Amino acid sequence: MSDLVMLLTVFVLAIFVGFEIITKVPPTLHTPLMSGSNAISGITVIGALILAGAIDSPEVSKVLATVAVAFAAVNVVGGFLVTNRMLKMFSARKK
Amino acid sequence: MLSQHVVNIVYLVAAVLFILDLKWMSHPRTAVRGNAAGALGMALAIAVTLLSDRYDWSYILIGLAVGSLIGAVAALRVKMTSMPELVGLFNGFGGAASVLVAGSAIIAAVASPTADTGLQMRIATVASAFIGSITFFGSYVAFGKLGEFLAVKWKLYTWQKVIKYGFSLVVAAGAVGYAIAAADAGWPAWLIAACGILIAGVLLIKKERFPGMDALKIASAVASVGVAVLVVMQPESSVLFWLLVVVAGVLGVILTLSIGGADMPVVIALLNSYSGLAAAATGFVIDNNVLIIAGSLVGASGIILTNIMCKAMNRSLVNVLFGTMGPTADTPDADDVYRTVKSTSADEIAMLLDGAQRVVIIPGYGMAVAQAQHAVRDLANELEARGANVEYAIHPVAGRMPGHMNVLLAEADVPYEALVEMDDINPTMAQVDVAIVVGANDVVNPVARTDPQSPIAGMPIIDVDKARTVVVIKRSLSPGFAGIPNPLFSADNTLMYFEDGKRAILDLVAAVKEL
Repeated sequence: MSDLVMLLTVFVLAIFVGFEIITKVPPTLHTPLMSGSNAISGITVIGALILAGAIDSPEVSKVLATVAVAFAAVNVVGGFLVTNRMLKMFSARKK
Repeated sequence: MLSQHVVNIVYLVAAVLFILDLKWMSHPRTAVRGNAAGALGMALAIAVTLLSDRYDWSYILIGLAVGSLIGAVAALRVKMTSMPELVGLFNGFGGAASVLVAGSAIIAAVASPTADTGLQMRIATVASAFIGSITFFGSYVAFGKLGEFLAVKWKLYTWQKVIKYGFSLVVAAGAVGYAIAAADAGWPAWLIAACGILIAGVLLIKKERFPGMDALKIASAVASVGVAVLVVMQPESSVLFWLLVVVAGVLGVILTLSIGGADMPVVIALLNSYSGLAAAATGFVIDNNVLIIAGSLVGASGIILTNIMCKAMNRSLVNVLFGTMGPTADTPDADDVYRTVKSTSADEIAMLLDGAQRVVIIPGYGMAVAQAQHAVRDLANELEARGANVEYAIHPVAGRMPGHMNVLLAEADVPYEALVEMDDINPTMAQVDVAIVVGANDVVNPVARTDPQSPIAGMPIIDVDKARTVVVIKRSLSPGFAGIPNPLFSADNTLMYFEDGKRAILDLVAAVKEL
């Protein structure tokens, strides 16, 4: 199997997994779901890190990737923190 | 340095943790653990990436430090009422990161004698840049509309002016500056300048719609496809790549600008989906499974939420994206509808609540604007102490993003068991003694059931009109987003309490306490 077909297989299967599990999220948690999935989409940081640190790439490429690292890191750090803040409010219930 | 096998296995673990994160989101009790699992997965993926090769650390550390700091401050300081703006902004950052990674990757690949610039990489780069750019510019517009500084006529605060004019200036100056530097490339360079100025200019317009908008939408969509083909054919030209980014940017701006305020839940969910798809496309650029899996999960999540929001408004996605909404010629005159409106006072409502067994509160965007969630909770506590049963009926599109009302009420320590979904509360609405509507309008308009000609015909609503008594707290009789009068306000069993949401509830709490 070629690389591309392999990647496409993963892509399609992951979308199905996504549909199956996310349909079960109750409406009450839709806002944390969005901010949490936002944090997950910060996974682009992996690509950005590899390119920003590449030793013999052109300077332009590294600078662009560095800005991408910053954007993605905002998503990752901000996304997980704010989701945690929200979810704590749902679970901590004082009578 | 770790072997590639170890790295890939850790990526697989990270992907599984992301799936568990979303799976555990299915209940408030397990959701905190889910979020922690996701964060752990991300930390593992980042750590193993940094250990997998020799790197030039200076850039990496700068990027990580700046991004983490901004993200942490934003996350810890944001108010719960501003959550839609924050999520909108984060969507945009995800899109921007995808564009920049694709740009960086193609420049690095072209410069390297050994690297691969095969068809897969080129197509993925184009997809990443196109979706990422639409997401970035679309999210900026969504952020601006939620922050009420784009496409509005009224006077702006200083910070709003700084963002609005600053953003336009940066886009225009960046595009023109780049065009001058890359003038050797000819027409594509000048087209970049033109698109940059166009985006900057459109963002300054004080209306949601302007003449020629539809033509511009089609032109930018066609141009995007054309430029995308050129980039695939000539990946070595970075000018063409940036041209694709700005042309897609024009499309992103136009698509989002014309969508009305109450449709924001749909737009935010859709942009959320795009940011995931952009990340997945970036995964194809750098041949990385964990990006593809994470991106597809987010893409699927956004699509599901978009679909739920559309259903809750009885509209198709196409209608939200391209349609208009507003009063039709048949819409009855507001003065006729409101002839029999009865106004009331806090004391009168308190008397009414004194004998009530079952009370339902229906919050809307007005509750968020008035920051009235804590006052609402106090009122509910007071009533429960007097033996009443208090529930909250939540319409799926109440507020400005999916689940917005739930977060605000959770912030005010309202137990989630007290929040009831529309479909569950409607059958029992006739047994409700008092229904209190706080800052909601279209989602409780019975016209949706009764008048097939109405712009909101067929939209599922909360049937508050069936309750024994309805109290509507609202500043005035101004229409909601649909622009139509609401006969609920003049119904026999409705009392209107004209006041700011928070002020009204506080007065009501005081009045109930005095009984």
